[in-house]
Amino acid sequence: MAITNEREKISRREMLKTSGAATFGAMLVVSGGIVACPRGAWAVQSKALAPESMATLIQMARDIYPHDRLSDQFYVQAVAAHDEKAAGDKDFKRMMEKGVAGLDVAAQGKGAARYVDLGWEADRVAILRNIESSPFFQTVRGGLVTGIYNNQAVWPLFGYEGESASKGGYLNRGFDDIDWV
Amino acid sequence: MAAPYDKNDDSVVVIIGSGAGGGTLGSELAQKGIDTVVLEAGGRHEIPAFSNDEWGMFGQISWLDKRTTSGTWRVASDFSGLPAWIVKAVGGSTVHWAGASLRFQEHEFRVRSEYGNVPGASLLDWPLKLADLEPYYARAEDKMGVTRTNGIPGLPGNNNFKVLKAGADKLGYKNCHTGRMAINSEPRDGRAACQQIGFCFQGCKSGAKWSTLYVEIPKGEATGKLEVRPDSQVLSIEHDAKGRVSGVVYADKDGNQHRQAARAVCVAGNSIESPRLLLNSASSKFPDGLANSSGQVGKNYMRHMTGSVYAVFDKPVNMHRGTTMAGIITDESKNDPSRGFVGGYEMETLSLGLPFMAAFLNPGAWGREFASALDMYNHTAGMWLVGEDMPQESNAITLHPTEKDQYGLPVPNVHFDDHPNDVAMRNHAYRQGSALYEAVGASRTFPTPPYPSTHNLGTNRMSENARDGVVNKFGQTHDIANLFVSDGSQFTTGAAENPTLTIVALAIRQADYIADQMAKKAI
Repeated sequence: MAITNEREKISRREMLKTSGAATFGAMLVVSGGIVACPRGAWAVQSKALAPESMATLIQMARDIYPHDRLSDQFYVQAVAAHDEKAAGDKDFKRMMEKGVAGLDVAAQGKGAARYVDLGWEADRVAILRNIESSPFFQTVRGGLVTGIYNNQAVWPLFGYEGESASKGGYLNRGFDDIDWV
Repeated sequence: MAAPYDKNDDSVVVIIGSGAGGGTLGSELAQKGIDTVVLEAGGRHEIPAFSNDEWGMFGQISWLDKRTTSGTWRVASDFSGLPAWIVKAVGGSTVHWAGASLRFQEHEFRVRSEYGNVPGASLLDWPLKLADLEPYYARAEDKMGVTRTNGIPGLPGNNNFKVLKAGADKLGYKNCHTGRMAINSEPRDGRAACQQIGFCFQGCKSGAKWSTLYVEIPKGEATGKLEVRPDSQVLSIEHDAKGRVSGVVYADKDGNQHRQAARAVCVAGNSIESPRLLLNSASSKFPDGLANSSGQVGKNYMRHMTGSVYAVFDKPVNMHRGTTMAGIITDESKNDPSRGFVGGYEMETLSLGLPFMAAFLNPGAWGREFASALDMYNHTAGMWLVGEDMPQESNAITLHPTEKDQYGLPVPNVHFDDHPNDVAMRNHAYRQGSALYEAVGASRTFPTPPYPSTHNLGTNRMSENARDGVVNKFGQTHDIANLFVSDGSQFTTGAAENPTLTIVALAIRQADYIADQMAKKAI
């Protein structure tokens, strides 16, 4: 799955003009095999999974590890590996699609057409709690542990500074700089 | 003779493993002029191959061969295939260790006498006393360059330490400092001073931290009497008709098998692989495994009472900056049964990078409670709690009945249940750790469960009587005179302290003993 900068590659107006474009929640637009952020920040072409399923996985990822300072693109990157894997593994693809379908069925029990249409995080999380021991949930969650937190691009947003040896460590760069204790 | 050695050369001492025990022993023997071959299962990754990358280094150096777990310990559900977080590489776990180098306390060598009968625990006094080990502790501290010994100054305190120290003062703890660390606070022994890089667990890029990889082993190799063979995983130890060990069979990195003859064999593969190897070496003469007439091989597995407390503050801490574990409070390490448990524990600073915090803060947890904790990563301080756990015969390394490794040998199963004393100690430590941080203004604290075991101990324990354990006070097996155990698996009990200094001290002492026994032609 390739992640493109939407501003360069896709005209948002073009996409929204496309007939059959569906909007999920307030967040993601699915059209012509592409999942896009309506604010125009990014768009992604899914490889194996249905674009609607990708949109659900992206929302699910944010519900599992909700960091309001992280933009969607980090969650997109984190679930991209599942799309990649689904392209070469039919059983895996089936597990993902079935898992997403299950979320939608659960959402319908709460009066929404799809999981992504549930407006409150708490309602979505309640659905996830019910399936948290399932292989589907554990696969998605397990992948996120490295998919999100081992992505060097997110580290500055958490204040984690990563590699330091090449900079001489912190001996002269604040290893003992706090003054509030 | 000089290294490299012929595989048929039966005059060599063969050491299995190159970590704190095996690497030290090999270097010591070589420096005494004894022909020594160290067989190391992992590869040789020198300092330039280290990177400040938690998962990258985890994949590069960890022991990731198949293992299974059982028992009620949380590690068995959180990390069912990874009971231990140890290293498979030249240098063993001295590549990723934190550097804390503490002597055991006097009473910790005689806990059965000190604590009395603790139901469910297989406590035993060590067959040696602190006084027996003191000269070797002194040699180990000098060799390793331990701070606060030999006139070596302590490391400077980093941010994580400053928080710990402030809390210790508030709680009235008297013994808090930046630790006795085998990390150079000033240049020593040809190695630089600590640069406060962090990433002690990923291999020290500056070489300030002691490791057998780049300190002991090169000194041994310089004598021409030490050959280290990496990518050489020993599969079995062989013996002759008289029941004396005669050689080992090992697989190279392509899976080809070789036999190395030996005058003596020293097992130092850490407390899971060492008993596994003895059990996998069963023969018609020794149907229960080598050195196992007592039935104690693999039993009494200890992993220390562990846990962590992380705490979030309204102001930044940046705990990842600087030495990972240079901070300690020793006030709780005494034996004071009025706390509701026997034995004691140490409180030591600990920091993890964001990738490992996500994996270890509360494994399996998710949702906003968990995510909001990580949101405060740079406002987080952390400590590790490490204390004496009770040996129990049922906590054991056994051969899996059906699962096999890449060589067709049974994989080890690691069974562990906390003893009620372990649970009481952990709960006390969680309370004290949380109270310490709350005293400095923490807004949230997290009682973080044990990580996969870094301190694996006791599975070939030392005993006065052959019926109670596997080795004598020199690590020589009770059953086979030329078969030794040289790692933490020989610990009779675990004490509260990080084990590496004691492993090194025992290895130095064992080297003296082996040289003496060889000179007397006893082995």
